[in-house]
This record gives sequence, structure tokens and C-alpha cells, in this order.
Amino acid sequence: MKLIKSFFSVLFSAALLLSTTTVNSIAIEKLHFVIGGGAGGGWDGTARGTGEALTKAGFLKSASFENMSGGGGGKALAYMINTKPENTILVQSTPLVLRSITRHKGYVSGSGTLSYKDVVPIAGVIGDYGAIAVAKNSPYKNFKDVVDAYKANPSSIKMAGGSVRGSMDHLIGALAFQAAGANPNDVAYIPYDAGGKALAGLLSGETQIISTGLGELMGARDQVRIIGITAPDRVADAPDAPTLKEQGYDVQFVNWRGFFGPPGMSNKDKKAIAKMLGDVQKTPEWEEVRARNAWVNIYNPDKKFVKFLKTQTKEMTALMKKLGVI
Amino acid sequence: MIEGILIGLTTALTLQNIFMVMIGCFFGTIIGMLPGLGPMTAIALMIPITYGFDPATGLILMAGVYYGAVFGGSTSSILLNAPGVPGTVATSFDGYPMAQQGKAGKALAIAAWSSFAGGTLSAIYLLFMAPSLSKVSLSFRSPDYFALMILGLTAIAAFSSKGQFLKAMMMVVLGLMLASVGQDSLSDITRFTFDNMNLTDGISFVLVVMATFAMSEALTIILKRNDPTSAAKQVSLTELGSIKINKEERVKMYKTIPRSSLIGFLIGVLPGAGATIASFLAYGMERNLVRDEEKEKFGKGSVNGLSAPETANNAACSGSFVPMLTLGIPGSGTTAVMLGALLGFGIQPGPRLYMTNPEIFWSVIMSMYIGMVILLILNLPLIPYIARILAVPKNYLIPLILFFSITGIYVMSFNNFDIYLMIGIAIVATFLRLYDFPMPPLILAFVLGGLMEENLRRSLLLSNGSWEFLWDRTLTICILVTTILIVFWQIYKTLKKRI
Repeated sequence: MKLIKSFFSVLFSAALLLSTTTVNSIAIEKLHFVIGGGAGGGWDGTARGTGEALTKAGFLKSASFENMSGGGGGKALAYMINTKPENTILVQSTPLVLRSITRHKGYVSGSGTLSYKDVVPIAGVIGDYGAIAVAKNSPYKNFKDVVDAYKANPSSIKMAGGSVRGSMDHLIGALAFQAAGANPNDVAYIPYDAGGKALAGLLSGETQIISTGLGELMGARDQVRIIGITAPDRVADAPDAPTLKEQGYDVQFVNWRGFFGPPGMSNKDKKAIAKMLGDVQKTPEWEEVRARNAWVNIYNPDKKFVKFLKTQTKEMTALMKKLGVI
Repeated sequence: MIEGILIGLTTALTLQNIFMVMIGCFFGTIIGMLPGLGPMTAIALMIPITYGFDPATGLILMAGVYYGAVFGGSTSSILLNAPGVPGTVATSFDGYPMAQQGKAGKALAIAAWSSFAGGTLSAIYLLFMAPSLSKVSLSFRSPDYFALMILGLTAIAAFSSKGQFLKAMMMVVLGLMLASVGQDSLSDITRFTFDNMNLTDGISFVLVVMATFAMSEALTIILKRNDPTSAAKQVSLTELGSIKINKEERVKMYKTIPRSSLIGFLIGVLPGAGATIASFLAYGMERNLVRDEEKEKFGKGSVNGLSAPETANNAACSGSFVPMLTLGIPGSGTTAVMLGALLGFGIQPGPRLYMTNPEIFWSVIMSMYIGMVILLILNLPLIPYIARILAVPKNYLIPLILFFSITGIYVMSFNNFDIYLMIGIAIVATFLRLYDFPMPPLILAFVLGGLMEENLRRSLLLSNGSWEFLWDRTLTICILVTTILIVFWQIYKTLKKRI
């Protein structure tokens, strides 16, 4: 494995050498995408979709992909930090921030914690808003109905989500209840091991509401009523779904997906990749990929991205403390 | 509705779509035969190609890969004790012993016919019940799943006969222990990972199966190479071509197939279960339904024991299309990938899909009939040739099994650690085998135990910590009472025999 790695790094440095010597409009010749999960997952789709749009639109000559599962993405993160591969970027999303907060130990030899600060944030590219939904035949018509029912009898509301306690799905619902003046820690959260299973739980009637990403609910739009999304405005793909904000609950949350470079990535490379990721969003090639996956464009480059990550960390830390998960 | 079915039939019968079914089935069979590489990865990588097609054509292709893989997975289970896909693990319980008795051709033929019957019968169930089946999908809640997993665990009895009981139970405990490694499914606490991040996602099912079945089997053969019976065996294994199923065996299959297809289909329709659980349950139920003399053969090459899981896993595979198409709920990783593709096509799944898009809904179901016939034609004539793999001298075959096990697990995760872990588990499993510890109870407990714990704890959360959920719902009570009856029936029979 060491041999293969060094072989690749030789290959990449050769490619880098080539790209610096040839002067053309292509800023970067080759880009290697490291994906911390298996084929078919969210990270995989983001990396492969972005790579496809970048090459088709002519920003990149070739894109290669590498799936590296393990530790919920931690393996790939540690790989970036420890080997500092060249011309390689890592796809990540909000769980990176949550991981930074909970400080999982022992992932990098030497230092104890692992956070987004250990890699170089390049840009956030797409996002998925959080959504709260009920079954179509539910008596609750909007989020206020749910809050009223909860306040009358807290145990009457069980909230399903597609991941463990303290995960993004849990935080989305907790944010909404917090904005409604309830103690988020008292709301019963029922974890399932996948979004689909949580949806089945809601529709079978064992829970009353579901809190998850809007994208998870798109397949079941005929069966559920979305009663609140965490976007600032309604989104084009689901125009019927009201925002929590318009119902008077000041909740905004976006599950961003973006790219990170290895530590020590040069400013020049970072800026070039960030610019490329922004420019590609204006092309029809990107639009095709975006529409197919129902992504929401949230281009958020460089310093703005770092600032955003800082704010999200602060908000989530406060919430997770309240929930008692850290 | 008839009109919709006809539209579906004409769509499925276009030249292009028949061609797609063929391609799908062909690749599916190959992917299924290779241990490690599963239909989910194959379909995920296939999606970009399908965007050039009609939605119906794309889905027909992906569905073909899916059931083709479940069909093909039985081959490596029977011949090498290396299940190609998780759904065919139970196939090796009786298929592998049968092949070792020199009846590999027959075992493959029984598996092919059972798969064919299971797939076809469940496509018929789909045809008549599809629109109302979504209610079945949603009728199961966490307590019912919990009860179902306990019912599944009764299948362990098949491996605990004649003084093996204590050993089987010890393997159950070991399986449950392995299942508890990794991040807890409900809170984010990690268990038994020793701060090693490679273990935080838990140990994968395929890894445990490959280590305890394929690898440890190969290692056991190496350790027993001086066994005088093995030389004789090698000779007898050269005559494996016969795929004739005699009348007695056919009669057995006629009884097994209908009931196993029904169990498999219904479990497949549930989003919280799937083909693996379906095949285990069908195997366990079948053992309770056959006569006593057949019961003794379970785990040692029983025709019923091979036919039941092989029918059920294919039936479950077709059944899993119900929650995906009629509710938009994916029950497994593979159907989740297909659901994503469907949404990419701009198709909205739902209870009305069979009316709004009959050309998609019904054409997929219709293509399943065609697919099953194609798979049978593809597999049966090849059996005499494939079965000859066993005639390959062991000093070539064993390195090959080890090679495929290791590469298979590596392409799943691209993580070296998984290889070391697999070798470690395989070595332990080999020693356990040498002392006659049965491996199937470990696998059963590993799969069912994880789901059992998860659903039990979720049920407790839902009922605010009270155990009332055990008798709150009729369905839960029915499953639990069935379980208790089976257990007491077995105890009663054993006691009667002793007296």
C-alpha cells in the first residue's frame, strides 16, 4: 500500500509539474477526489457529480475518485492529514463540524482531535435544508400544531430521524423546538439507522413527526406533509413546503457539502480550485447534474466558508450542550 | 389497471428492454458470483449510463442486476462456501454440504429452479397485490420487528442437534458480541472499538461471512490435508455434472417453494427486513414444517433446506420493490440507490405510481418474468461446467478462494484494516471449526442480534421505557406466541425422544 501511495504521489507531482509548465486556460489538469464513504452515498454523489461537471465543462482535464470508507469518514480525513496528498481534495459535509465538536479521539497519530481546522476549507458548493414532516393523514397541519400538542402533552410527540442521537437529523428537530420555546432535550427523539427506515417509522404511525434532510423526503412527497424547512426562503424544488421562518420560528440550517484540501495546500491552489468550483456552477453542464440530484447551489468559497464553519460550530456546540450529547 | 398492465407488458417486450434485461441479468449473475462485490456498488456506478435511457429502461436494467446478483450469489455459496451476496448465506448451510457429497450439479440445479420459482411467484404476487401491498409494508412497527428477529433466532435449532447445543449457543453469544462492536445504533457512543476508528462503523456482515465461511473453510482443508478421506473425496468430486432432480426431490420442492416464496415475499415487502432476513426465516420455518427424518438432514445437505432460502431470497428481492415504488421508502442500500436514480429521472414514487406511470411500474414487474426465464436459461446449461470448479485440485482451488475473499473484501471498503480483521476472524473460526463449533449460529446471531437490539431499544424509547409494547399490538403477540410455540414444541419432542 505504501508503495502504491508513493507511486500515486509521484504521479500527482508529475501531473502538478506538467500543469505549472503548460500555460493554458485550464487552471488544474487533474484532480483526485477522496470520498470518505462507499459508492452510492451522499458524499460519493457530490464528488462524482462535481467531477463530471468540471470535466464536461472543460475546467478540468481529468477527475479521478477514490472511495475510502471507515470511521464515518474519519479514515479519509486522517489520510488527508497524515499523507498530505497533492492535487487531492476531500468531500465533506456538516458531520465534519459535529465531529470537530464531539472530539472523537485517536484518529490521527500524535494529536488527539480532528477537526475541519486540520484541513484546508476550499468551498462549500451545495446544500440540503433540514425539514420537518408529518404523515399526510396527520391532524397536524403546521409546525405550530405540533408545538401546541407537545406543550399540552410532551410525550404525545415522538420525533423520528435517520441517524443516532446528536446527529444532524436530531439537531434539525431540536433547533426547531428550541425556537418554539421548548426545551429541545425533552423532545423524544427516536433514531433509525437510515432515512428510509425513519420514514417507514413515521408512516407506520409509531412516530408523529420526522426530522431529516429535505432530500430524504423528496421520494415520499405523496405520503408526507412537509410542515417546515430550515431554509431562509421556499425552495424551487418543493414550492409547497413552508419555511419555519415564515411561520415565526427563526431557524436556519443548511447541511452543506463542500471540498477540503490537505494541510499545507498552497494559497494559490486553494484559490484556483475555489474559483473553478464557483465558475462551474454557471455552466449548463453543472445545471444538468444539479437538477438530476435536486441539489441547492450554495457557493461559499474560501474565507467566507471558514467564517460560516466557525458560526456553525458555535451554534451547534451550544445546542449539543443543551441536548447533553457532549 | 388491466390497461396499465398491458402498457407495462408492451413496454417490457420492446426489443431494447428485453436486451436490457439480458444485460442486467448477465452482469448481475457475474457480480453475484464474485464474493464481496454486491449489486449496490454495481448499480451506483451504473447510474450515469442509465441517464441516456427512458426511465423504464433504466429501472429494468438496474432491477435485472439486482435480482440477477441474488440469483447468481447461490453459485459461490454452494461450490465454495463463499456467499456472493448476503442474501445467499443461508443457501450455503445445506448447499455446500450437498456439493461436498458429490452432488454439486444437483445442488446448483435445485438452487436455480428454486430461485426461478421464487422470483416468478413473487412477480405474480406483485401483479395481483401490488397496489394494496404498501399497507403491509407499513403494518410492521419496531416491536413487531423485534419479535420477528426473535422468531428468526429459532432457526439456530437446526445446528444444535446431538450434543451440539452448548456449542451452538456459545457461537450465538460470540455472534452477538461481534454485532455489538462499533457505534451504537441509537446514541453516538462507540462500543468495543478500542479507540480504533476502523471499528467505529462496526464489523461488516460480508466480512464476517467471508471469514467464517470461505476463508476458514479453505484453511480447514489445508490443515486436514493428510486426512485419508479427502483424497477419496477428490475422486468422487470429478463426477458432478448431473443436474437431474429425481422425483422424490421434486416432491419436496413442490411443498417448500410455495410457502417459502410467500414468507420471502412478505419479509421483502417490509422496509426494515430484506432478503438476508427472509432467507434465514424461511430456512428456520422450513425446518419446523418438514418431517422428522428430513429435519435431521438440515445443515447436512437437505433438499428442503437448500430450496427454502433460495426461494425466499429471490422472492424478497422482488418484494423489496413494493416499498420503494409505492411509498418512496428504500428498505436496503440497493433500493436506496435505485430510488435516487428514479428521482433523477423525475419520477415521483407513490401509491398512485401504477396509475400515473404504468409504463414504469408494470414494465418493471413484467420484466421480472422475462428476467427469471433468462436467468434460468443462462444458468442451467452452465451448471455442469461451473460445477467442475470443484474438480480443480485443491492446491489450485484454495489459493483462488483466499485470493477472491481478500480482494472481495478490499473492493468493498478500500480499507486494509478489513483484510487484517478478516484474516484474524478466519483464524479464530478455523480453530473453532476444528473443535466442531458450528458457524451458522454465529452468522444468524450476528445479523439478527444487531437488528433485535436496535428494535428492542427503539420500542422501549417509543413506549417511554415500559415493556407494554410486548403485548400492546396483536401482530407482536402473534409473532411472539408463534416463537414460544416453536420453542416448546422442540423441547417437547426432544424430551419425548429421551423417554
